[in-house]
Amino acid sequence: MKLLTHNMLTSHVKGVTKGYPLLIKATEVKVNEVEFNSQFVSRMIPKLEWSALVQAAEGLGHLEDLPAELVADYENNEEFLKKVHKVLLEVEVVEGSLQCPESGREFPISRGVPNMLLNEDEV
Amino acid sequence: MKLKELESCLQQVDGFEEPKILLEQYPTSPHIAACMLYTIHNTFDDIEGKLIADLGCGCGVLSIGAAMLEAGLCVGFDIDKDALDVARTNTEEFEISNIDLVQSDLSALEVAYAQKFDTVIMNPPFGTKHNQGIDMKFLKTALTLATVVYSLHKSSTRDHIQKRAKDWGVKMELVAELRYDLPASYKFHKKKSVDIHVDFLRFSKS
Repeated sequence: MKLLTHNMLTSHVKGVTKGYPLLIKATEVKVNEVEFNSQFVSRMIPKLEWSALVQAAEGLGHLEDLPAELVADYENNEEFLKKVHKVLLEVEVVEGSLQCPESGREFPISRGVPNMLLNEDEV
Repeated sequence: MKLKELESCLQQVDGFEEPKILLEQYPTSPHIAACMLYTIHNTFDDIEGKLIADLGCGCGVLSIGAAMLEAGLCVGFDIDKDALDVARTNTEEFEISNIDLVQSDLSALEVAYAQKFDTVIMNPPFGTKHNQGIDMKFLKTALTLATVVYSLHKSSTRDHIQKRAKDWGVKMELVAELRYDLPASYKFHKKKSVDIHVDFLRFSKS
């Protein structure tokens, strides 16, 4: 699971009103090289919950000096975009789980695939 | 990348070990997948540098093809762990890194990912057998995720889909009519293979 995907994931357990952002509990993390596309990264940035990204990256020990607040004029800042690229696309959680911040429900991650399915009594 | 090249790569993608009838797990043939992706890429430029979702990705043939055509990231969603296991092995063997996989059902997708994606590509269940209406459920969900959706549907359902698209205020284009040569993968198939007429459709919201 990449952090771009994590940035979009929400817990929908019955009764939960704010199942976001999911807390990452990683037991195995790897960094996989992905080709850098500056346009793609700068197009993704406005779609992100920036603080959730920073929190996730920090928790995994891959903050890459990302600032707590999004910098202005990032479209032309290649150095910054490369850091965001690494955090969004190259850092991957291979094993571990995601925890709903409200209910505490854990969603297991195995072989890099988070299982977001709920049991019948949870929907 | 040439069409032939893409198709021959996709021939290396492993399919379902034991397809599940309830989930209508029919493989997308390398030929159909390659034609579909090539057209999306060359005619509409909706793959390269895009954030793509593949709903009901199964073993990942469309996701892998989209990744090869330089998608920014392609996220494959499926409800079935066995299919995702094969998909993961496929992405490992192809050493493709611009793919992510998520185990999820449709209901969890609608709200969470509203309009986050650029493009949805999918080969949803046709909605036959025990699954009536599932094809439209996929389509409806896909349209909440992105403004452009590419999908395969039985040609016999074209008028119905056209009507629904109109109700939703979505433009539907018939990109191509395909013959889906379905090998007899289940016991209830009496013939060795059956030709099904399939529409390759493009949906877009203005």
